[in-house]
Amino acid sequence: MKKVIMGNHSLSYGAMLSRAQVIAAYPITPQTQVVELLSEMCADGTLNAMFIKVESEHSAMAACLGASLAGARTFTATSAQGLALMHELLHWASGGRMPVVMGNINRAMAPGWSIWTDQNDSLSERDTGWIQFYCSSNQEVLDTVVQAFKVSEKLMIPSMIVLDAFALSHTYEVVDVPEQKKIDAYLPPFNPPFRIGPDDPHAFGGLTSPDHYMELRYKLQKDMEKVPALVEETGKEYEKLFGRHLGQVDEYLCGDAEFIFVTSGTPGYTARVAVDELREKGIKAGNLRIRLFRPFPFEKVRSILSGIPKVAVVDRNISYGHHGIFYQEVKSAVYGQPHPPAIFGFIAGLGGRDITRDAFKEIADHALSRSRAEEEIVWIGVKK
Amino acid sequence: MTKKKEARKIVFSSEKEMPMVAMSIGSMLYNKTGAWRNIKPVIDLSKCIKCGICWKFCPDASIDIVDDWPQINYEYCKGCGICAEECPQKCIVMVEEEK
Repeated sequence: MKKVIMGNHSLSYGAMLSRAQVIAAYPITPQTQVVELLSEMCADGTLNAMFIKVESEHSAMAACLGASLAGARTFTATSAQGLALMHELLHWASGGRMPVVMGNINRAMAPGWSIWTDQNDSLSERDTGWIQFYCSSNQEVLDTVVQAFKVSEKLMIPSMIVLDAFALSHTYEVVDVPEQKKIDAYLPPFNPPFRIGPDDPHAFGGLTSPDHYMELRYKLQKDMEKVPALVEETGKEYEKLFGRHLGQVDEYLCGDAEFIFVTSGTPGYTARVAVDELREKGIKAGNLRIRLFRPFPFEKVRSILSGIPKVAVVDRNISYGHHGIFYQEVKSAVYGQPHPPAIFGFIAGLGGRDITRDAFKEIADHALSRSRAEEEIVWIGVKK
Repeated sequence: MTKKKEARKIVFSSEKEMPMVAMSIGSMLYNKTGAWRNIKPVIDLSKCIKCGICWKFCPDASIDIVDDWPQINYEYCKGCGICAEECPQKCIVMVEEEK
């Protein structure tokens, strides 16, 4: 059934259709409506789930971990400072192999206080061992929640669904909400290989000596490396049932491109308008939108960017003292590869400043007028 | 009294033999965690009013209600003393362990 819903409610409907069994969350703008709708669904019986009220995001994730370890399908959502407060427990989730699925609405970190979008909150959690998906439409948000449960539960690794504050969270779009029985055919009930319980009690997360700690981390990395293929496989299966492909990346006119914008989240759609305009002028432009950020889709990015003369990576984030984070990651992915492109790094849209069509034109003009990057960071729209 | 040691250390020689998480291999039913205790609660049932507050407050579920009366499970009680602190009748006292 088609509905006109906001991105936050796309997360709620995704969790509902996935038959989440335990939801624990703490409200924070711009995430609040995600759990408001889920709490209403739990109260009126639409969703047969336990809704646990907590006093902080740290407790929200702790409650999710206990529930997940007991064998429940578990969902939560947060933003910015809330995600930062969860930080310790994000390591518990991945290290303890608890496949929680969480929505994170990108919101710039304070201070200064901001409720607007940028990616420094979720990218600060890059190395916690969570799978991260960056979405660019409300439809993709809903679909990715269902896919994330499937991927996470197969490999016992938690997933974060990331969407932009306001540009998606509070923006209404037409979303196809699939039938429950079709989702049930796609996503079987959660049946973990181990669980905590009174019948066969085991202790979890206990002291692990240097005899074994490294092997546990090796196993997590080896399973992380299986994610890209599983995303492709589950994405194709989803496409067969629902007509929408959910891959590691989303390409727009990259096949014959001479210049590619690499983006993540909603700016990808704006980039495509700029791509069309550049093509009208005879410049073969394209857009590569990175959907799966962790694990990084090395093979896809390498094969698409190989032989492309120029690539502009647009970051709505910054690693202070280094560069834009997607820029770092793309450069490291193509390092030592045959026919690497000239890569330019741009930082734009921090703290929710719009990344407009004109911004993409400025980015294209900069990259197309130089043979190689003269500086590692080109700031777009800073009032210097 | 000599303490019988039932646990044994397992060192895996390959990651393939290991579970994917840090978890006890054996059942925790054999792990009597009350062995850590230095002081133990003792209940004077003649003063107990069977209110159940000690049972409710015990953070380790180590107080059972047997025929309406509280009974400490010393195999798991760690001697935290919360029951003694919360008991409205003050009929639980903490006594030093002697071994």
